[in-house]
Amino acid sequence: MFVFDMMESFRAALLSIRAHGFRSFLTTLGIIIGVAAVIAVVSIIQGLQFTINQQFEGLGTNSIVVQSVNTFERRIQGIISRITPQDFEMLSTRVEGIATISPIIAGAGNSVRYGSQVTAVQVTGSDYNYQVVGRIFIKYGRFLSDNDDQTRRRVAVIGETVRQNLHLPANPVGEYIRIGDEWMKVIGLAEERGQILGQNQDNMVVIPYGTMRSITGNQNKLDVVIQIILGDISQMEVVQDRVITLLRTAHKLAPKDDDDFRVQTSQQLTSTFNTVLTTVTIVAGGIVAISLLVGGIGIMNIMLVSVTERTREIGICKAIGAKRHQILMQFLFESLLLCLLGGLVGLLIGYGIGAFAAAAIPNFPAAVVPLWAILLSVGFSAGVGLVFGIMPAAKAANLDPIEALRYE
Amino acid sequence: MSLIQINNLVKEYVMGENILRALDGVNLGIERNDYVAITGTSGSGKSTMLNVLGCLDRPTSGNYVLNGKDVGHLDPDELAEIRNREIGFIFQSFNLLTRATALQNVMQPLVYQGVPLHERKRRAEEALNHVNLGNRMDHLPNQLSGGQRQRVAVARALVTKPSILLADEPTGNLDSRTTVEIMKLFDELHKQNQTIIIVTHEPEIANHCLRIVRLEDGRVAEDRRKS
Repeated sequence: MFVFDMMESFRAALLSIRAHGFRSFLTTLGIIIGVAAVIAVVSIIQGLQFTINQQFEGLGTNSIVVQSVNTFERRIQGIISRITPQDFEMLSTRVEGIATISPIIAGAGNSVRYGSQVTAVQVTGSDYNYQVVGRIFIKYGRFLSDNDDQTRRRVAVIGETVRQNLHLPANPVGEYIRIGDEWMKVIGLAEERGQILGQNQDNMVVIPYGTMRSITGNQNKLDVVIQIILGDISQMEVVQDRVITLLRTAHKLAPKDDDDFRVQTSQQLTSTFNTVLTTVTIVAGGIVAISLLVGGIGIMNIMLVSVTERTREIGICKAIGAKRHQILMQFLFESLLLCLLGGLVGLLIGYGIGAFAAAAIPNFPAAVVPLWAILLSVGFSAGVGLVFGIMPAAKAANLDPIEALRYE
Repeated sequence: MSLIQINNLVKEYVMGENILRALDGVNLGIERNDYVAITGTSGSGKSTMLNVLGCLDRPTSGNYVLNGKDVGHLDPDELAEIRNREIGFIFQSFNLLTRATALQNVMQPLVYQGVPLHERKRRAEEALNHVNLGNRMDHLPNQLSGGQRQRVAVARALVTKPSILLADEPTGNLDSRTTVEIMKLFDELHKQNQTIIIVTHEPEIANHCLRIVRLEDGRVAEDRRKS
């Protein structure tokens, strides 16, 4: 009997929703937008997370990054901390258990010329290992070698965007470009890498670390990022501690001072980003919850209007024998169904937005909506339908049949 | 045993500080297969009588035994069940569900009995054929004439095979030609052994019935059987 009542209520609710097609759509618009927002945000964040994790995978699990920390407070106090080339040399000679250690100098923007063409590029100074760290694959020519670094050769590996901007030939190997005041020979062209987070990764020039140091002159303002790859991953903590001790000594930090540098493993980096993304997800989820709440209030409002509007109909049904729970169920199903339909439409729209965003951003993975997001948003819509439908439905069920029949 | 036995029925309404006694000790017995008109001027208590007889309302005191069951003091859901099984309502303003077809309207009372769809459909079609509307089943109420709408309502009242057909001014919204048509239908139903109670203030309608009960100030003033 109960199942029968449910099915009949379901049928009646469906008919009623169809009879007021456009109004039903407007009623559930709040839910549609809310759910579409959840799904779009979640799918984009998932894509972002995937991309970032993929970027860090290149670092390997057994790598450590050392870089300076310049907080805003310290900066306004005029304290600028740096990892100097001397720090790099000290670490490369005095830490045990290191497989490879490589310096990266992210130079300021330089103007690069070829013939009459000029372009602005960030020139990076590094060594052979940067190829692995930066996930650079060579299309023509070769990457920097250790020898280039030691002999401070005036050579450069360029990205595809630089080649295009400078109107270099398709295979630019052997051409000479001018970086600042120095002439450099192009020895390699990197494969295209596309954009990440809106940043063009192909607008780059890599020159040897030694060369970078020599052309920036003998000033000690260089800030080096040091990339360490361990031979044995179990040595991770030992190496980390050793690096910290050496750098604190070198930077003459008193025991009470905080580190003015940061030693991070690639796992820590990944988890930092994931924490940020999780926070973004939670904040977005909160906003969406509010929008679903507003959507639910809209549904309740329309359902109350609908109950009033159909007072006479309810009176008729009661006169011919409808019990309270039968009326209650019909109206409850109506709001539940409205919300579920809204949720499903929102799901499709949200997925569409996610897919569109993924397609619009180069190198972004295809939109993936995890099952938990689908279940959560559909479940939440159903919950909204039940919670906000119960009051109008109870109002309908408790109408007095005589009063309801008299209602004009 | 009578189909309806009413003893000393009182119905009071509280209107602000005053208590309005709409029914003031009504005694009435109605046998199976009777054809009764309840008449009276406005304010005589006929509407209250209809509501109580139709189990839409509960009496303040007194007994109402319908088909061997004391229905005077049931709760709203039990009353709904009695209305569904024992009573077929016919209203002055038809009271059809506007968004449902004639067939769906007639099927509706059976939904509340838990009758499966195909069975509901069969019985509703039978009822509509009974009132000569077999060719109008898929029409919405606003596509039907007044007489046809009232016949749909009669079919809806009959479909559950109720003990009583309870009509409230059934011809009040109809023209004279259609009135004749509907009253002929009632006469026929009576010949088929249906118990019918018509609440009306029109003498011509009341004259179709075999027995006329006239109410005045909430009491039975006259109870006359046509010879």
